[in-house]
Amino acid sequence: MVKTPAAKPERKPPAKSVSAVLPEEGSNHPRPRDPQRHEATQDELLHFYKEMLLIRRFEERAGQLYGLGLIGGFCHLYIGQEAVAVGLQSALTPGRDSVITGYRDHGHMLAYGIDPKVIMAELTGRGAGISRGKGGSMHMFSTEHKFYGGHGIVGAQVPLGAGLAFGHKYTEDGGVCMAYFGDGAANQGQVYESFNMAALWKLPIIFVIENNGYAMGTKVSRSSAETEFYRRGDSFRIPGMQVNGMDVLEVRGAAEAALEYVRGGNGPLLMELKTYRYRGHSMSDPAKYRSREEVQNMKDTSDPIEAAKAELLKMGVTEETLKSIDKDIRKTVSEAADFAETSPEPDPSDLYTDVLVEQY
Amino acid sequence: MSDTATLETTAPQAKVKQITVVQALNAAIDEAMAADEGVILLGEDVAAKQGGGVFKVSSGLSEKYGEHRIRATPISEQAIMGACVGAALAGMRPIAEIMLMNFVTVAMDQIVNHAAKLRFMSGGQTNVPMVIRTTTGVGVGFGGQHSDMLEAWFAHVPGLKIVTPSNAADAKGLMRSAIECNDPVIFIENILCYGLKSDDPGADYRVPLGKAAIAREGSDVTLITYGRTVLDTLEVAETLAGEGVSVEVIDLRTIAPYDEPTVTASVRKTGRAVVLHEAVRSYGTGAEIASRLHESLFNDLKAPVQRIGGAFSAVPMASVLEQAWIPNKDEITAAIRTTLDWKR
Ligand SMILES: Cc1ncc(C[n+]2csc(CCOP(=O)(O)OP(=O)(O)O)c2C)c(N)n1
Ligand SMILES: [Mg+2]
Repeated sequence: MVKTPAAKPERKPPAKSVSAVLPEEGSNHPRPRDPQRHEATQDELLHFYKEMLLIRRFEERAGQLYGLGLIGGFCHLYIGQEAVAVGLQSALTPGRDSVITGYRDHGHMLAYGIDPKVIMAELTGRGAGISRGKGGSMHMFSTEHKFYGGHGIVGAQVPLGAGLAFGHKYTEDGGVCMAYFGDGAANQGQVYESFNMAALWKLPIIFVIENNGYAMGTKVSRSSAETEFYRRGDSFRIPGMQVNGMDVLEVRGAAEAALEYVRGGNGPLLMELKTYRYRGHSMSDPAKYRSREEVQNMKDTSDPIEAAKAELLKMGVTEETLKSIDKDIRKTVSEAADFAETSPEPDPSDLYTDVLVEQY
Repeated sequence: MSDTATLETTAPQAKVKQITVVQALNAAIDEAMAADEGVILLGEDVAAKQGGGVFKVSSGLSEKYGEHRIRATPISEQAIMGACVGAALAGMRPIAEIMLMNFVTVAMDQIVNHAAKLRFMSGGQTNVPMVIRTTTGVGVGFGGQHSDMLEAWFAHVPGLKIVTPSNAADAKGLMRSAIECNDPVIFIENILCYGLKSDDPGADYRVPLGKAAIAREGSDVTLITYGRTVLDTLEVAETLAGEGVSVEVIDLRTIAPYDEPTVTASVRKTGRAVVLHEAVRSYGTGAEIASRLHESLFNDLKAPVQRIGGAFSAVPMASVLEQAWIPNKDEITAAIRTTLDWKR
């Protein structure tokens, strides 16, 4: 069988600059500096590339395991959004800075260096899973990394993030909390209570809105009176940054500017990362709310991994190197999947452990 | 038992259309909207452009009645609930759809402090005719924040009614009655029941709130339950019938206020009772029912009332753990045997 390769659409160069920063220059409120696209060394970009590719391949495999019935319940894939978690978290220190997010959490864990095996085993509900099979895809934690989940109630992680930031400030441990939530979650009331408190108390927190254009079947323009999410902190005098979330180096550069501001004791900052999810909301999503062309177009013109690859090739990295990276990552993911399929299920008696620290 | 409805809602020999629970709910809302301009529905993703609801209950309705009546909302449960309470005060009959029961907790204040109390606190000047529709269910790996049955929380609040159907015909009749009810009604659907079929009870069908159904008649022991567990109970009753044990199954349909006359009459007859629900056993509605039976029938009871419910832990995600969490048929059988074997 001979396949003629379809003509490749021209890849747009990654957007050069961060679109916007609030408050505008000249304002007398503290303001983060204008971020610069990160100038990565070849090694650094290779590292980001590997992390993004690991997330992609991991998620592809998770999707397959779901299809085979090995993963049950919900499973929200991060495919398309890899540059966000990798770009932002590469600027953090696991174990010092805390991270909290919603149910679409696999990528954030992988980007924090958490072992793919125990993540995959949690998805398949095994005793060796990172939450012992009790939490599943949406509820995963690694307190060792200061990764605090994995939450299923939309928006509820945002006040938790404010509390984590309170802890950083109170104990003066130098940490910053990064609290992720979606464009849909940005319409929850408790998000704004948290904004106010964080600004009032100058908490070291970066609120990260991952604007992937949709909340389940709802397009941003149908749910949001203000669709420029980086402005959502305005009434609380929280500065905002809008960032191209499909370019890992833009994201990393913006993260540095944001961290500089927050670590400087200026209080919270809000980042809007413009990104896109390629897959359905969860695994059972007929996706009638958007066209195939829209999705295809994003894949063809804005894919963060392809863009990093093109840049690496330009830097002189060989095709062979990239191929061998892909091979290694596939191996890592296969090992994780094997582990997740073969490790034992929890013991039914585990139903009554961890309910309290003590026992009833 | 003369005025107690049973599950047989149509003549068995007539060839009637079968409908699923989803279709039944859809039809009831459709009929109510056609009959009353004041009926509107607010919820996440409920209109056609967002997919017609996650479980398709509102499918086709935004096209028919317009997006001003089938209103897709942002993910803002407090505002959905508050706006529905307000619209009810303004004389409408809103339906608030909360995608899953756990998300109702986000809007607790509007339900407990407002919907339930405004009539009383205004000295009867106003009422809150609204339906809070939500769904839940254990057994599909949804985990700790997406599986709870929280009916006992609401049953504990004066000023609310709570309803849950176990089959399509009741779903239709109860929904219609709930929308027409002049008080706030929490309408709990069960994800695992959505596909169940029954004979279509036809247009303008109503099941009165507060009336239980005798799902199966029997004489040795009364099993009182509601929602999905009615199905398990019927299976157990069928199995035990083979051994000569006659189980009467009561499907409460309305959890609060429940049909105490029907329940009491049945247990007076059988002298034995088991209460079962999917919600956790401890502090559940089963405790209330058991306690009332002990109060009213202490001398008639041949055994203490047995209670069955979910395990006292969060609903786990791993399938083995989840299955261990759910009250199962063996437990139902064992509880029935306990009442039968009881020695004073
Ligand atoms: C309080 C609450 N309401 C509703 C839901 C159901 N739900 C889960 S995810 C989701 C969409 C969230 O979209 P967004 O915040 O944009 O995040 P994304 O899925 O795009 O990452 C909804 C409505 C929920 N989990 N919690
Ligand atoms: Mg989104």
